Amino acid sequence: MNWTWLHKFASPPHAYRLAGRLAPWFGWPAFLLIIAGLYGGLVLAPPDYLQGEGFRIVYVHAPSAWMSMFIYGTMAVAAAIGLVWRIKLAHAVAAAAAPVGAWFTFAALATGALWGQPMWGTWWVWDARLTSELILLFLYLGFIALRSSIEDRDRADRAGAVLAVVGVVNLPIIHYSVYWWNTLHQPSTLTRLGKPTMAGEMLWPLLTMLFAFTLYFAAVLMVRLRAEILRRERNASWLKAELGR
Amino acid sequence: MNVNGFFAMGGYAIYVWPSFALVIALLIGNALAARRLHRHARDEALRRLDAGQDHP
Repeated sequence: MNWTWLHKFASPPHAYRLAGRLAPWFGWPAFLLIIAGLYGGLVLAPPDYLQGEGFRIVYVHAPSAWMSMFIYGTMAVAAAIGLVWRIKLAHAVAAAAAPVGAWFTFAALATGALWGQPMWGTWWVWDARLTSELILLFLYLGFIALRSSIEDRDRADRAGAVLAVVGVVNLPIIHYSVYWWNTLHQPSTLTRLGKPTMAGEMLWPLLTMLFAFTLYFAAVLMVRLRAEILRRERNASWLKAELGR
Repeated sequence: MNVNGFFAMGGYAIYVWPSFALVIALLIGNALAARRLHRHARDEALRRLDAGQDHP
């Protein structure tokens, strides 16, 4: 098989330009869909018969929690590609994704606390779902701290990548925690797509937000990746042409 | 639903609005931070090119 396309794709100049072209195509739909999802979730969806208006926190909590795991998965796959095929661009993707993932994990924990207090009577409980999500935050922070503590970029890339790949075991633990252990946290509303446990007028804003947040992450990742490429390729001659010098 | 009722969120206002405010602030903040990061990296690269350090 001819792999030249891969090397062209992963070359810094090509990736830099492609990321710049793609960013608005992710960003603008994300913006419009978030507006639509917020309107659907806050205004159009009826109150829940058990949780009243309080259930609306789901429209920011579930997408944040989804992003916390999706971004970690993206980071770990990129890190593994970087380790196995020694593609520097893949390490750059992992490094660019981590801070965004950490923020979404923080948001999932914080909005979860704001939802837990009125519904469970407590901000926090050391149960499996909440604890494994907190561990996810520590994995992100550990990845960021480890990378920044190593001066040599290649060594930082490899050390960070090993941590990211090992930490992937936490993802199924988070997902299945509500089934494996007794927990206050309710099971997923969406696990079985064929059999949703939510009414349509409540469901579509949630699906819209999940999709919109994913697009949002793609847009932010493209911009952060461009910054990361510029930092890494500071002496390359293509920069001269690209930046007009 | 009237406007007051909307903002009261059936008594859950102090939980619902901070949740939405936090996540919306995070979305805006991360987008702006990414753009600033790119702009800084670009300025930095331009400075280095202008200083003639592009051929070590």
